[in-house]
Amino acid sequence: MNANLSLHVPQPPARPGEPADFSYLKLAPAGAAPRPLPTASIGETIDLAVSLIRVIDDEGQALGAWDPHLETVQLHKALRYMLVTRAMDDRVRRAQRGGQVSFYMQSMGEEAVSVAAAMALRPGDMLFPTYRNQGLHIARDRNPIDLMCQCLSNSHDMCKGRQMPVMYHWREGNIFSISGNLATQLPQAVGWAMASAIKREPHIACAWTGEGSTAEADFHHALTFASVYRAPVILNVVNNQWAISTFQGVAGGEHQTFAARGPGFGIPGLRVDGNDVLAVYAVTQWAAERARGGGGPTLIELVTYRAGPHSTSDDPSRYRPKDEWRAFPLGDPIVRLKNHLIWSGAWSAERHEALVKEIDNQIAETWKLAVSYGTLPESPLDPLTMFDDVFKERTPHLERQREQFMKLKG
Amino acid sequence: MPRMNMIQALNSAMDIAMQRDEGVIILGQDVGYFGGVFRCTDGLQKKYGEQRVIDTPIAEGGIIAAAIGMSVNGLRPVAEIQFADYIYPAYDQIVSELARLRYRSAGEFSAPITVRVPSGGGIRGGQTHSQSPEALFAHVCGVKVVMPSNPYDAKGLLTAAIEDDDPVIFFEPKRLYNGPFDADPDKPAVAWTAHSKGEVPAGHYTVPMGKAEIVRAGSAVTIITYGTLVHVVQAVVESTGIDAEIIDVRSIVPLDVETLATSVCKTGRCIVAHEATEFAGFGAELVATVQRECFWQLEAPIERVAGWDTPYPHAFEWEYFPGRKRIAAALEQVMAGT
Ligand SMILES: Cc1ncc(C[n+]2csc(CCOP(=O)(O)OP(=O)(O)O)c2C)c(N)n1
Repeated sequence: MNANLSLHVPQPPARPGEPADFSYLKLAPAGAAPRPLPTASIGETIDLAVSLIRVIDDEGQALGAWDPHLETVQLHKALRYMLVTRAMDDRVRRAQRGGQVSFYMQSMGEEAVSVAAAMALRPGDMLFPTYRNQGLHIARDRNPIDLMCQCLSNSHDMCKGRQMPVMYHWREGNIFSISGNLATQLPQAVGWAMASAIKREPHIACAWTGEGSTAEADFHHALTFASVYRAPVILNVVNNQWAISTFQGVAGGEHQTFAARGPGFGIPGLRVDGNDVLAVYAVTQWAAERARGGGGPTLIELVTYRAGPHSTSDDPSRYRPKDEWRAFPLGDPIVRLKNHLIWSGAWSAERHEALVKEIDNQIAETWKLAVSYGTLPESPLDPLTMFDDVFKERTPHLERQREQFMKLKG
Repeated sequence: MPRMNMIQALNSAMDIAMQRDEGVIILGQDVGYFGGVFRCTDGLQKKYGEQRVIDTPIAEGGIIAAAIGMSVNGLRPVAEIQFADYIYPAYDQIVSELARLRYRSAGEFSAPITVRVPSGGGIRGGQTHSQSPEALFAHVCGVKVVMPSNPYDAKGLLTAAIEDDDPVIFFEPKRLYNGPFDADPDKPAVAWTAHSKGEVPAGHYTVPMGKAEIVRAGSAVTIITYGTLVHVVQAVVESTGIDAEIIDVRSIVPLDVETLATSVCKTGRCIVAHEATEFAGFGAELVATVQRECFWQLEAPIERVAGWDTPYPHAFEWEYFPGRKRIAAALEQVMAGT
C-alpha cells in the first residue's frame, strides 16, 4: 500500500442543492491589465494568459488600455445583435417543445463572445464556429430567418434537411459549416490560415471551441500547426464553465488557465472577460492585427457562463445549482453593455425596454414567415435529394439506390 | 422476474460486474455524477465512488488509450463512447493498439476492455448521432464486436464482454433503449415491460458471445439481422404471414456460422438486413458466408436490405431508414425468385 497515492478526480465547487461558489475563478479589476503592442514577444504577453483582461467594470465604466473606444453606433449595434441572438434562441428553443424543430442549442449568457469578435474582424476573414456561435451570423448581418429555416428543415433550409438544427453554414458570409464532432474545426481553421499565407492574402481565420473540447487531440494539432507555420489564425476557447455535466476542471482547468496552453506552444494566450463586449472586441482586434501583420496565431480564452441547458435534451438541474448563473461574477453580457451605455449617457432603461420589445416583435414576425416555409414534421423538402452531394456526381450504386427508392415510393 | 428496459439491464450488468470484481471500473464522458447522457451508469458513481466511475475529459482517443493502460496494469475498464459517431478520434487506439496488443506481444500483453457504444438512428440525430459503424470494427482483426437487440441479451452479453479476456466493442442500438421499435415512428412508443425479453434476472448471468439466436422459427426463408432491425423484421413477418425464420446475429465477431448455415440450408432462401449503409457493410460478409455454406441449397439470390449509402439525413430519417416497406419488398423478391 502506498498511502500517498489516490486518483485525483476533479470535483465542481457546488452541486444541486448547494450554494453556487465561484471562488475558484481568478478575477482581476477592469482596466488593470496592460496592453502590449500586437507585435509584442511571447514574453511580454505571458502574464495576460493567467490574469483577466476586462474593460467594463461593475458600474458600467470603461477603463484601461484595452478600451477599444468604439463609437456609440457600434455599441448600439452590438447591443442589438446580442438581443437579436437571444430572442432568436428563445423563439426556436420553444418551438422544440411543440415539435416544430427536433432539437436546439442556445447561446444565452455568452452572446458577447460571438458578437464582439465578429465585429472586430473583417468580412473577408473566415470564421470556424461551434454550435454555440449563432451570434457570428447575426453580427455579420445575416437575416435570422435563414437560421430559423435551417432549424425547421423547410424549403429554405441551407442544409437541405441534411443536418440537425443549428449546424449552419454561410458560404457568402465566410462562415464555415458546423460539424457535430467537437474540435475538428480548429486545425481546419489553421489550414485555412496557412493557405491565406501561402497565397499572401489579407484574410485571417478565426475559430472557436468550448473549453471541454480542448481535450480533443485536434486542439493540440491546431496549436502545433499554428505555431510551427506562424499561421494567421485566432483560436478562441469559450470557457463557459460547463461541458454538458462536467465542469471546467475535468477539461484540465483546475491547475492552469486555458489561455496558458498558448505559451507552451509559443503562442500568446490572452484570458479575457467573455461577457464584456469591449474587452472581447479589443483582444480580437489585437490578435487580428498581430496575425495580419505576420505575427502569427493567438489563443484567447473567453471566461463566460453557459446560462441555459447544454441543449434541449439536457437538464442541468441534475448536476449544477439552479441559481448558478445569478452568482456568476461576470454577469450577463447584455446587461453589462446596457449598463455601460447608460453610464456613458448614450442609453436609458426606457430605450432598452423599447428595443427589446421591437426585437421580440421582429423575431416573432420572422418566425411566422419561417414557419410558413414548412416545419420538420411537414417538411416540404424532396427526399430524393438525400442522394445528392454525397459526391459531386452520383455514383452507380447511389443511382441504383435512388431508383430503388423511387420505385418503392411509387 | 424483474422487468427492465435496456438501460436498466446494462446498468445492472455493470453494477454486478463491479460488485464481483474490484478491478472493473467505468470511464467516459458524463458517466459519473450525471450517470451518462443516456443514464446507463446512473447511480454507479454514488455506489462505487469517483475513482471507479470516472468522468473523463472529452477525448475519445484519450479514453481508449487510458483504458488500455489501465487494463495492462490489471484493471478491467468499461469505457463509454457517448455516441458511435464520436468514436473516430479513438480509431487509431482501437485499430493499431487495442486490437493488436496481444498479437504483437506474442500473447504477453493484452487489453481486456469493453467499449460501450450507443449506435444507430431513429432518434432524429442527423449525421452525427445516428451511425452504425460496426463494419469498421468487424474488419479489424483482434476486437470482438457485439450488438444486442433486447434487455435480456444486453445484460447477458455485457457481462460476458466484461469477463472476456479480449477487447469487445459493444454496440447499443439506442432506439431500443426504452422499448422495441417496429419502424413506425408515428405509433406510440412501446415499453419493454410487455416484451418477453424485458424479463431480466436480477443476478449474474451471461449470454455467450459467438452465438446467434433464432427469434422466430420458420421454413420458408431465413432473415439474418441484428440490432434495431430485429424488431422491424419481426413486424414485417407478422404482417405478411410468410413462415420466415428470423435470426438475431447478436455477435458480429465471432460470428455463429453454424446457426446461419443450418437455417439457410433448410429454407433455401435468405435476406440479410441491417441499418448500417450497404456498400461494404457487414451484410456483405454475411452474404458471402451464406453463399459459401449453402450455395447448392439456395433457391433464389440472397437479398440485402440496408441503409442507403449516404450520410444519415436529418429530415429524411424515415425515408433513409431500412424500414418495413423495404424489408417487405425484399421478402417478396426472394420468395418469387426460383
Ligand atoms: C468528438 C465528440 N465527442 C463527444 C461529443 C458529444 N458532445 C457534444 S457537446 C459536448 C460538450 C462540449 O462541451 P464544451 O466544449 O465545453 O462546449 P459547450 O457545450 O460548453 O459550449 C459533448 C461531450 C461530440 N459532439 N463530439
